[in-house]
Amino acid sequence: MSADLQHHEPGIFQKYFWSTDHKMIARQYLFTGMAMALIGGFFAYVFRMQLGFPNHAVPGYGIVTPARYNALVTMHGSIMIFWVAMPVLIAAFGNFLIPLMVGCDDMAFPRINRLSYQIFLLSALVLLSSFLVKGGPFGGAWTAYPPLSASGAYNLTPIGATLWLVAVALEFVAFLLGGINFTVTAMNSRAPGMKMYDVPIVVWMIVLASVIFMASAGPLIAGAVMLLFDQTMATGFYDPTRGGDPLLWEHLFWFFGHPEVYVVLLPAMGIVAEIIAVFARKKIFGYKTVLYTTWAVGFLSFVVWAHHQFVAGIDPRMANIFSITTLLISVPVTEMVFLYVATLYGGSIHLDTPMLWALAFIAEFMIGGVTGIFLGSSGTDIYLHDTYFLIAHFHYTFVPIAIIAVFGGLTFWYPKMFGRMLNEKLGKIHFWGTVIPFNVIFIPLFITGIAGDQRRIYNYALFAEQARPPLQHLRTTATVALLVMLSFQLVFLYNFFTSLGKGKEAGPNPWRSATLEWTIPSPPPHGNFVEMPTVYRGPYEYGLPGHPEDFVAQNVPDSALVGEVEA
Amino acid sequence: MSTSAKPLANTRSGTGIVSAKLITWWVIASEIVIFGGLLAAYVMHRIGHPEWADSASHTLTWAGAFNTFVLLTSSLCAVLAHQAADAHDGPKAAKLLRLTSLGGLIFLIVKGYEWSVDIHEGFVISSGGFWSFYYTLAGLHGLHVLAGMIIMLIVASDAAKNQELQRVECIGLYWHFVDIVWIFLFPLLYIAR
Repeated sequence: MSADLQHHEPGIFQKYFWSTDHKMIARQYLFTGMAMALIGGFFAYVFRMQLGFPNHAVPGYGIVTPARYNALVTMHGSIMIFWVAMPVLIAAFGNFLIPLMVGCDDMAFPRINRLSYQIFLLSALVLLSSFLVKGGPFGGAWTAYPPLSASGAYNLTPIGATLWLVAVALEFVAFLLGGINFTVTAMNSRAPGMKMYDVPIVVWMIVLASVIFMASAGPLIAGAVMLLFDQTMATGFYDPTRGGDPLLWEHLFWFFGHPEVYVVLLPAMGIVAEIIAVFARKKIFGYKTVLYTTWAVGFLSFVVWAHHQFVAGIDPRMANIFSITTLLISVPVTEMVFLYVATLYGGSIHLDTPMLWALAFIAEFMIGGVTGIFLGSSGTDIYLHDTYFLIAHFHYTFVPIAIIAVFGGLTFWYPKMFGRMLNEKLGKIHFWGTVIPFNVIFIPLFITGIAGDQRRIYNYALFAEQARPPLQHLRTTATVALLVMLSFQLVFLYNFFTSLGKGKEAGPNPWRSATLEWTIPSPPPHGNFVEMPTVYRGPYEYGLPGHPEDFVAQNVPDSALVGEVEA
Repeated sequence: MSTSAKPLANTRSGTGIVSAKLITWWVIASEIVIFGGLLAAYVMHRIGHPEWADSASHTLTWAGAFNTFVLLTSSLCAVLAHQAADAHDGPKAAKLLRLTSLGGLIFLIVKGYEWSVDIHEGFVISSGGFWSFYYTLAGLHGLHVLAGMIIMLIVASDAAKNQELQRVECIGLYWHFVDIVWIFLFPLLYIAR
């Protein structure tokens, strides 16, 4: 049906909602993810206001009751991970970049691709609909531990809890369909001549992330069905009084949940790799080693999950084993970062906005990585577990991934997506206005966490052992910094939308980049390549002496190079 | 829905395996971890609860055995359909695929009979840990049988017109997977004591 429509100009509905074009589906994912980010960001604003200025009505929201506070933190976590990080990092960038970078006209299965977005949109609508039901949205945390999540009598949000679960399950189905499509496209649809090690790192990373997702999400899908039955059909999978075990959910959840960290980390690492190669004008240092470390990370990510359960009553001998695997996984990740730094060394570094984001990613993510060592070691985790130290650590990994690297990718590929340049000055204002407040939010939270502030407390003053009035100024500092960070996002939105019409024409290759997507007009036409490319070399041929340009695109044959040098 | 509208991306084959078959294998891989997670949870609980054997003794083992036979036979039909498709005999492949889905239908009817007997005896999904797993595992498997049948009938209607014959093998692969899941479920749910 839609296939026939390709021969004439499609109507508005077909073009924007029923398209099988990977570039349009990428935009659908991007804009849906951005809209969800605004919602998730608004929730962070509301509950941080409650913590910074307890018992005051929050402007634009009102009084935050304990139940609402629980719902807000649950929805903030769920939305930012499942409806922002996943759709933007994997689905939007994956959809846009994979066919362009491997040199083909679309995904291998365009209609499965369209179905993937439609199921994703449905999942977002199901989640948002829980705001309208009796009892409101689920408030049992994004990890949904039973027995709290398993019974409406406990969580008091019987409908919201079920809608949350159905939304997450639908979202998983969407990303299974999308991820399988990405994997097949990268394996089968590459341009002639593009060998395994000619594939740009970001494509590798998105595909490996999809494979990790595929291998880890299954048990949680099964677990979600079981939790759904516990909620709706009075089964007792997770209920000890009926022969069930709440720890089972924790195992199924974290068997997915920890690989999930790497599912979103890898695309971010890939985006950063592309950016630093272009803006340091250097070949990625140790392309193959980057891939080997990625495989090692992928493998190890499946044997670290129980480090989330050190205080859940697991066998202490098992805790030792999981401490060791957790510390082990930092080795390949560190190696990857060293390779990126080595790429920078001796490069001709251009500090354009995308490069600032990429460098900030490396610096900030390292803070997240190093603080993780304290949480991965079972001894220190028993003290730090569920404190704000954990919250700060987590956000030092996820904000670099889902915010900093995403802004890096967006500012880098914006010219290709929309054919216009972003305003560089506004870009830099937005960069500093985001990164500085980000640190001012979370460094104080490391301190309050070490001092003992537990997470999921809606008002510290109400609990004698948690009050610690001298720490209140740190909590307030974090809130004020968040307000600053959120208000600087308006700069980005202004820049993003005004540049769509008024930005400088980008031309095909504004960053002088060597990968295939930059060899065609911006934005790419339907079908992407007028003449399908053939690939003759790797993706990072930069800084070449003796050429008029200092790079060679992947589709330039050696014969053309000889002519160029002689001329 | 002409085949000429397929994107170039769909027709390329960097691995030497056609994309339709490759995606089928990835779908099966993702299904293996779904059933794997559920089965692993069941086995761990079963080891921890020897008393579940009492509940398991109430299952209709003969019906499960008959269903195993039906599914294995239907898988043979799927293999023969693949053979016919390889010989470009679309109508024959279609006939065999419809026979395969008839096997799926018989399986589901027997399953429905079994469940009605169980429920009649008072064993419902909330009757205890074993029964929760019993209905969830068999129910999830049953949904896969149903989905396989529907897709198979769609593939068959194309195959009858000698179109999209490469899909015959793919749906066959999927059907074998559903079959193999049952090979795990039957002993674990009916026979293990």
